[in-house]
Amino acid sequence: MSAADDWSREDEVLGKAYDARLARRLWSYIGDQKRKIALAAVLLVLGALAELAGPLLVKVAIDRCIATRDWHGLVIIVLLFAGLAVSATVLRWSETYLTGAAGQYIVYRLRMQLFEKLQRLSIPYFDRNPVGRLMSRLTSDVQALYELFSAGVVAIVGDVVTLVGIMVVMFVISWKLALITLSVIPFLILITFMFRRHVRDLYRLTRLKIARLNSYLHENLVGMRVVQLFNREPRNFAAFDEIGRDLKGTYLRTIFYYALFYPAVELISAVAVAFIIYGGGGMLLAGAVTMGTLVAFIQYVERFWRPVRDLAEKYNILQGAMAAAERVFKVIDHPIEVPLRELSTATPAGDEKMEGVAIEFRHVWFAYHHEDWVLKDVSFRVAPGESVAVVGATGAGKTTLISLLSRFYDVQQGDILVNGLDVRQWDLAKLRRLMGIVLQDVFVFAGTVTDNIRYGCPDSGAETVRRAAALVHADHFISRLPKSYDEPVMERGATLSTGQRQLLAFARALMCEPPVIVLDEATASIDTETERLIQDAIGRLLVGRTSIIIAHRLSTIQRCDRILVFHHGRLREQGTQEELLAQRGIFHRLWQLQYGGVTAAMQAGEEA
Amino acid sequence: MTALLRLLPFLRPYRGAIILGAVIAVLNNAVGILGPWLLKLAVDALQSGGTVALLAQYAALMVAVAVAAGVLRFYMRQILIGVSRHAELDLRNAFFAHLQKLPASFYNRRRTGDIMARLTSDLESVRSVLGPGVMYPLDTISMAAFVLTMMLLLSVKLTIAVLIAAPLVSLAVFYLGRVTFRLHTRIQQQFSALSDCAEENLAGVRVVRAFAQEEREYRKFDELNREYVQRNLAMTRVQALFMPLMFLLFELVTAMVLLLGGRAIIADRLTLGGFVAFVGYLGMLAWPIIAVGWVANLFQRGAASMKRLTEILDVTPEIAPPPVPHRPSVIRGEIEFANVGFSYDGDRPALSELSFVIPPGRTVAIVGRTGSGKSTLVSLIPRLFDPTEGRVLIDGIPTTDWDLRVLRRTIAVVPQDAQLFSDMVSANLRFGAPDAPQENLMRAAEISQIAKDVAAFRSGYETVVGERGITLSGGQKGRTALARALLCDPKILILDDALSAVDTQTEEEILHGLRRFMAGRTSIIISHRVSTVKDADEIFVLDEGRIVERGTHDELIARGGYYAELDRMQKLEAELEEMDEDAAS
Repeated sequence: MSAADDWSREDEVLGKAYDARLARRLWSYIGDQKRKIALAAVLLVLGALAELAGPLLVKVAIDRCIATRDWHGLVIIVLLFAGLAVSATVLRWSETYLTGAAGQYIVYRLRMQLFEKLQRLSIPYFDRNPVGRLMSRLTSDVQALYELFSAGVVAIVGDVVTLVGIMVVMFVISWKLALITLSVIPFLILITFMFRRHVRDLYRLTRLKIARLNSYLHENLVGMRVVQLFNREPRNFAAFDEIGRDLKGTYLRTIFYYALFYPAVELISAVAVAFIIYGGGGMLLAGAVTMGTLVAFIQYVERFWRPVRDLAEKYNILQGAMAAAERVFKVIDHPIEVPLRELSTATPAGDEKMEGVAIEFRHVWFAYHHEDWVLKDVSFRVAPGESVAVVGATGAGKTTLISLLSRFYDVQQGDILVNGLDVRQWDLAKLRRLMGIVLQDVFVFAGTVTDNIRYGCPDSGAETVRRAAALVHADHFISRLPKSYDEPVMERGATLSTGQRQLLAFARALMCEPPVIVLDEATASIDTETERLIQDAIGRLLVGRTSIIIAHRLSTIQRCDRILVFHHGRLREQGTQEELLAQRGIFHRLWQLQYGGVTAAMQAGEEA
Repeated sequence: MTALLRLLPFLRPYRGAIILGAVIAVLNNAVGILGPWLLKLAVDALQSGGTVALLAQYAALMVAVAVAAGVLRFYMRQILIGVSRHAELDLRNAFFAHLQKLPASFYNRRRTGDIMARLTSDLESVRSVLGPGVMYPLDTISMAAFVLTMMLLLSVKLTIAVLIAAPLVSLAVFYLGRVTFRLHTRIQQQFSALSDCAEENLAGVRVVRAFAQEEREYRKFDELNREYVQRNLAMTRVQALFMPLMFLLFELVTAMVLLLGGRAIIADRLTLGGFVAFVGYLGMLAWPIIAVGWVANLFQRGAASMKRLTEILDVTPEIAPPPVPHRPSVIRGEIEFANVGFSYDGDRPALSELSFVIPPGRTVAIVGRTGSGKSTLVSLIPRLFDPTEGRVLIDGIPTTDWDLRVLRRTIAVVPQDAQLFSDMVSANLRFGAPDAPQENLMRAAEISQIAKDVAAFRSGYETVVGERGITLSGGQKGRTALARALLCDPKILILDDALSAVDTQTEEEILHGLRRFMAGRTSIIISHRVSTVKDADEIFVLDEGRIVERGTHDELIARGGYYAELDRMQKLEAELEEMDEDAAS
């Protein structure tokens, strides 16, 4: 869906076919493939020359052998001809393979660079860029660049070499006849120029209309329910048809120019042959050229028009590649909003297995957009081994706390300290390895159950995985799966229930034995049996760990040492459950709101 | 390849044009083969001491032949490639029309990106078969026939020598084609794996970051990427061979012609002009021979893509039209659910054993927690889905017996996520009633409280919204969708949590205006807010697809169940808001 989202935007970047800045940058990617490309270029020139020799040999065969009835000479020439053809083939094959391979390696590197950048870009970037758009950078844009490197650049050189070669050979054989023959070239250039101009404009127009068609289509697919509910099918069909017809009109105009261009080039080459017959024939009768020369010239003219046609068409590849390059580089050049530190010296060294981690928020202000504060002047401290429950109504800023602690975003004001050290000073990977994080939407990767559990520490053995699973009661449902721990889970865990995914996430968080547990409790209702398991598992997660839990369930709150109450981005109350209830403030209200019936009973119990 | 047979109906309307194109292709080649023959005459004339005047005549004839051939080629391209664009439009339209018939369940299963891909890149592959795929074989076959005839006239022996190469060409095309297909499939598989890896990595970016697994993800991607490059290289090796190999075959045939032709000239069995002409004809065959492989490739890909298109085209719409569609002249608007059950996946029930009657003109509200089946219930009324069990009846007639258009015209829905279209505000409002007069439009906008917002837009009702225009807020979208529904003048109005993004104050005003509008119409209002539903004639509380409470506001409050709890909580919430304001001041 998101892939289609940017179809319409795709075409805003339809730059020039040649942009010196981009071209220089693309050139730098050739890097270690330079030798391959240089070799390919040499092979290409040799191959083109070998091909050029063909008509020349025919000329020699006619003038020297056939005219003098020299059978042996003819055999030798023909063998030479065949030999050259074989070597031209080998040369062309190796050249095509080399450029293709070079293109593959260049694109491989580009794709890796892009992916590496995507591993380093911070979460805000992903909030703004839908997955589909980034995917098309990694796939179709990179593919367009492959075409540039494999079929574009080198082939253009080949076409030019062939054209120049033909002209040179013609001049060497007979400069007079060459002048006569090549007198058609200005017309060829003129026609090619006119064709290119028209087709370029039409190409641009076509892209625009395709984008229009695609976004209309996308809109209709997404809104098909509404279309059907409002009986809009006929009207929307008519609109779709209209856009399609408009696009067809542009296509037909493009076809017109192609239909004109190809025969025009062929006509020009026929005129050139006519010139050879008339002018060259006259020269032959005057004894200025031989019959072999005439035949060779005719053959060269026939070989002239294909490279011309190719060159005219290469323009589109070039244009597409430049636009793609611009989009790819935009990602690569994007600044990283949460900058990574190269192993900060201040990071507490060595103690990967830190016992007792303290967490402190100091006057933290944070907003996703401008001054739209989600957290306002939040300060609190979690002592080593202490567990706190974070409660508050929707939109109170609870989930943001977790995002800041794991440094998905950086705060605008204030500091977040882990063991007394600002999170911005920590080595990011080390910081995150301290924490076992369970996000609200459990993201499950395609792979086996085992793979998912040991996601954070992939080198763990099967036994450790089982232990972690057992500790959080995930082993119950896993052992009931057909392949148990080796059961493949589908993309996004579609085959698992919400509760099962939750337990899997617990096991995953616990797997690497982190000193800190950060848990965003799921709100979705879960069947009572699984709910009981989850509750018990949470209890086990907390033992001996510094924990921050965004709690939605009464029993979870009751397990924690302390409660932080957030309201409209501010930390409004904190303390134990009894203290807060006694305050009769926000927590008390929330308590009534969410656990209404039970509360009354509990309070009654307390008072009794 | 059989998948391509499905294309024939789309070519049928253009059979006249295709025949004309074929005739022109034949004519063009008939004229085209005169070129080398003129060359033969000219060369022979030169050999036997012709005059410059004669040469001029031949040269002029050559240009004339080229002009004639050029004109014919122009028309051939225009007509045959043009046909492909016409048929493409028809095919695309047919596909779109089919998509319009497919029910909501189809769109729940399929990903939009996937359908888009089929309608764009697959359609383009199929189009290539329709255009070049039709033109080149026609052109090549007729040309080959003519050229071979001329060759036979010139020299039988040489022609036989040329024909020896023909099986070699087909063998090469066949073999390389098969290898290409196999390698191509392997590449596509690896490409899917690579895309899946990237897609998962990007979608799960928070988990990847949280577990500091960037490096491992990088290595995983690197491994897949390397394998992808390897598979591509295998393909490059084969593909790189294709053109040079065809070229080689052609050159070897030329060498053979040179040898045998030379001997024939020496033995006086062939004139030099004949030889030159023969080489010229051979030249005419060069490109078509090379093109054979290209066209074969085109057909392979076109067939694969057509298969993907037919996969969708063959989905039968589950919402089948009744044999005798019910089109009543007067509609009262009574809604009845008779023992209705529904399940999305045929396993877990979303609705079970629902039975109720809503008399014409009444307002019923539905409340219940997320996932309790509220939206599912109302989507059965306009037949977005058909119930798995029981029947839904409007005016006593099962919805399945109604004419679908009439049924949907009777009902207007304001959906949860207000899907607007990137068009003018007025066009969005007139979405269901394109011919509604301006005053009705104004009134609908007034009632929905969107009129003031629109007045503030620079171009008023002409303002374009959505992708290519201004972005509306959630509340504005909801109110626009409401006005859109009101403008349809429906007998039955369904509000599916439509006002959740609207603030309470505005909601109050909307409800006030709606009350008059709803007189004489049956309405169903889904909401989380007690304030929205409290005045309804009856309120249903839904839980796990069943009605667990029903009655008026007062009755339900008195009952002390879920609804009473909801009411209490919302009062507390309001109190909490006030508390915060107190604190802030």
